[in-house]
Amino acid sequence: MTLVIPPYLLNAIHAHAASSYPDEGAGFILGTVQDAKRIARAVLPQANNFESSMRRRRYSISPQDMLQAEREAHAMGLEIIGIFHSHPDHPAMPSEYDREHSLPWFLYLITCVDGGRVIESRVWRLREDRSAFNEVPFDIETPIPCKETL
Amino acid sequence: MSLLRIPTPLRPYTQGQKQIMVEGRTVAEALQSLARQFPAIEPHLFDETGALRSYVNVFLNDEDVRTLQGSATPIGEEDRIMILPSIAGGAHER
Repeated sequence: MTLVIPPYLLNAIHAHAASSYPDEGAGFILGTVQDAKRIARAVLPQANNFESSMRRRRYSISPQDMLQAEREAHAMGLEIIGIFHSHPDHPAMPSEYDREHSLPWFLYLITCVDGGRVIESRVWRLREDRSAFNEVPFDIETPIPCKETL
Repeated sequence: MSLLRIPTPLRPYTQGQKQIMVEGRTVAEALQSLARQFPAIEPHLFDETGALRSYVNVFLNDEDVRTLQGSATPIGEEDRIMILPSIAGGAHER
């Protein structure tokens, strides 16, 4: 399994992570599934609905927002392939709380934000037996060069 | 029999099916019917104690059953039932 993501989408995820700081920011990654590749084609940043005093360590996206995102993905011919969220001042590694609330089908992209500055993103997938996460490699898609126009 | 809609992340456990016909007169019975047909879905719906996992939400005709009678909410054959995960997570506590 590999996540393929174009640079502008990774930039959008990082911008949401930085602007959400010191709170956690989160959203959906939409795309397609091709054999062992998940190819990102859009991102949908979401509001963090967790209780405000806890948002530095927690995020929550409501089921209604999930349903709306599923509908938007369907309208674009895509599906929700993953969830992104940030860990302010904390490594880009899943926590026990992440494990308890995750589903094995999704990829989870976690971004470490240190003092408001994005440090790195890593991608994880929950094992089928829910015991732990495995790290998933991600490729930054080479952009197609802009065409010259006369 | 009622129609139960399965969200994308749970479809690997229903052989890719988006909608499943389930038996039962309540939401709890409908979920048990689903788990009987597709045992692999069970650990993702229920925790080790048999309780519904906190991220599992069930909607009956677009209404969250928590605002109705919870898992005891009665269902009819014309009702549309939908499982929707809420998405949550967060960093380690310090």
